Amino acid sequence: MSQDPNAKVGIDASEIGANAAETGERDLSHHAPDVVDDHEVVKAPLDFHELAELGHAATALNPLAEPIISVDNLKMYFPVKSSGLIRRTVGHVQAVDGVSFEVPRGGSLGLVGESGCGKSTTGRLITRLYKPTGGSMMFEGKDLAKLSNSEMRPLRRDVQMIFQDPYTSLNPRHTVGTIVGSPLAVHKIVPKDKILPRVQELLEVVGLNPEHYNRYPNEFSGGQRQRIGIARALTLNPKLLVADEPVSALDVSIQAQVVNLLQDLQREFDIAFLFIAHDLAVVRHFCPEVAVMYLGKIVEIGDRDTIYGHAHHPYTQALLSAVPDVKQAAIGGRRERIRLEGDVPSPINPPSGCRFRTRCQFAQEICAKVEPPLLQIGQRHKVACHFAGELGAHPATPVTTDLLGVDDQGTPVPGATPTNKQLTIPGYEDTWYDLKSKHTTGV
Amino acid sequence: MTITSPSSASSPTDVDGPYLQVEDLTVTFPTQDGPVQAVKGLSYSVELGKTLGIVGESGSGKSVSSMAVMGLHDAKSSEISGSIRLGGTEIVGLSESRMRKLRGNAMAMIFQDALAALHPFYRVGDQLAEAYAMHHPKASKRDGRRKAIEMLDRVGIPQPDRRVDDFAHQFSGGMRQRVMIAMGLINDPSLLIADEPTTALDVTVQAQILDLLQDLQREFNSAVIIITHDLGVIAEMADDVLVMYAGRCVEFGTTKEILTRPEMPYSWGLLSSIPEVGASTDARLIPIPGNPPSLLRPPSGCSFHPRCSHRDKVPGDLCFTELPELTPASNRAGHLKRCHLPNPEEIYLTEVLPEIAPDLAEETR
Repeated sequence: MSQDPNAKVGIDASEIGANAAETGERDLSHHAPDVVDDHEVVKAPLDFHELAELGHAATALNPLAEPIISVDNLKMYFPVKSSGLIRRTVGHVQAVDGVSFEVPRGGSLGLVGESGCGKSTTGRLITRLYKPTGGSMMFEGKDLAKLSNSEMRPLRRDVQMIFQDPYTSLNPRHTVGTIVGSPLAVHKIVPKDKILPRVQELLEVVGLNPEHYNRYPNEFSGGQRQRIGIARALTLNPKLLVADEPVSALDVSIQAQVVNLLQDLQREFDIAFLFIAHDLAVVRHFCPEVAVMYLGKIVEIGDRDTIYGHAHHPYTQALLSAVPDVKQAAIGGRRERIRLEGDVPSPINPPSGCRFRTRCQFAQEICAKVEPPLLQIGQRHKVACHFAGELGAHPATPVTTDLLGVDDQGTPVPGATPTNKQLTIPGYEDTWYDLKSKHTTGV
Repeated sequence: MTITSPSSASSPTDVDGPYLQVEDLTVTFPTQDGPVQAVKGLSYSVELGKTLGIVGESGSGKSVSSMAVMGLHDAKSSEISGSIRLGGTEIVGLSESRMRKLRGNAMAMIFQDALAALHPFYRVGDQLAEAYAMHHPKASKRDGRRKAIEMLDRVGIPQPDRRVDDFAHQFSGGMRQRVMIAMGLINDPSLLIADEPTTALDVTVQAQILDLLQDLQREFNSAVIIITHDLGVIAEMADDVLVMYAGRCVEFGTTKEILTRPEMPYSWGLLSSIPEVGASTDARLIPIPGNPPSLLRPPSGCSFHPRCSHRDKVPGDLCFTELPELTPASNRAGHLKRCHLPNPEEIYLTEVLPEIAPDLAEETR
């Protein structure tokens, strides 16, 4: 019983009415296992206007925010081993191949793409669950990519993670108090007797009843479990949270509750989010900036209006056109969409040049020969495409030839010097390459 | 290519009226803690060539009701009452042997998780051929294989004559779902139930699968029930929508009616708790407070009242004491709602819409 948090505080288990299984007083008529409502303390008001006030509109962009993490040319190659006795490395899965981005302090960057595009791997690299093959991740003046595990440990409190599945990410044999409190014990931040008050405070922050700290996860519903996962991530006051599909396992009506909670927490504690999701609508609501990934690379990155309103990459356009729209009900029938044929190619042997070319309707010879750089074409907009243009207005000739020193077929022009200098800068420059005038312009 | 319809497939098109007619369906599961009424008094109908969308949270009874249509509930552990008529045949109380002749033949189901629904040890071709042979006892093995290849080709699997010998794990998620659809359609069913067919898929693959379902429906002229919680999928696929809450139908109407002029606070809540890609960025995300109710002890009166933020607009304590009837909504044919609110349309247009879609509210004003 030494692990019982009640022993320290001197509360009888029956007093808090929680750990009925331990006291042997479980009474089914009082505690039906399917009654989950009483776990939540912060009852939402039932007046519609008050309720609407609690709901948030889409998060706004703060263009002046300094970056909290600056990721430059990050790479993660997983080795593919041969079968047999001597397991030689026969290839590499290029899960993440040279991505660069910044997450602003207190802001959020969305990472979208199909399954297998490397977005979750990127999230796991930033939390250093994997050690990257190459590249750098500058966080508070330190390069997370180069740190050893022991050097990493004090920094882990600043970078925390929320997982997708609330059913598998919580240990079923630990109480909620142990789950939420263990980061405090591991990092020895507060004395042992101060852990419980902090746990209760955290549970209250995420809208759960603080007295239910020694219940087990199975007594909570999916949305409530995700709140426990969020409380655990908040325990150490992180500066950056990696949220890997935080709402996709939840019921529709619960998703909005969790998204609103994350927006509340972001405002209150000034936490930066790397928000990974495949649901483009949720990302649009939560993230003022969005990066679109395809096969281990960022193909387009920009602010919300640019990505959702003026996407220049054919893949982003195809993704957006595939999302079913509720507004279509007023018109009836299906929306016109760009059909992407086939599946994502294997990241073990990705296509040469542009990785999207095998499924791209605009692909030409140059796309197979030269990889398009992630080119800044607007104040907060970068795109990696030789034929970048708005939907229905893709140019007939490659826009990148001058920069790369090649002709329209992608063959290097003798004597030409590539003029592009902005290949892998994580943030945005003050000047950019204007697609119309084909010259570098600025604000 | 076209599929020649096998002669043994039932052709009940001579029956007048809707192909599937569900009336007053109630499904009860006896448990240790008492009976759980998963579906209560549900009625709907689907015509050939039409699509019905069923929406609701998990536990609202949408899957249970369609499994009852498929006759998949064990008679020993469930009680089903009411009437389900499929092309003139009453299904409730039908013997298992006769049910087996209908299942997979006149009606078929596509499940959400294709990896779990396909057998991991058998080649997909053998599984497809088995589904065919079951209802075509005279067909030879070679016929079954030919039919399997034909169906794989029809659902857009490249090199079907080679992929037919692959196992389920060798297919990608989207391809696996296509195999499921091929299996569902191999006997040319007149009713197809798709239970969350695209929930686990990426948007691009989802679009492919929805296109395929729509093409096939047009080709086979089958009745389709699509169960999903994605209102976008409903908007683009369904002709009619049935909104379920705590085992009951709470709103029914054409897709346009339900998604543009809903009259039940739960439908409003569903619309307001989902962000849209095309919505204004000023639109608020307003969740439905609380959690779905326990079916063991359903709330008194209207089962949505503990979570309803509009119940104070109903005079007296009607919401707490009396279950609202499924009544026609204001002046629109075919639109039914289960709510006590006297002026739901006005509340939706003046209060709810400005918060969840300020741009649309401007337009309607």
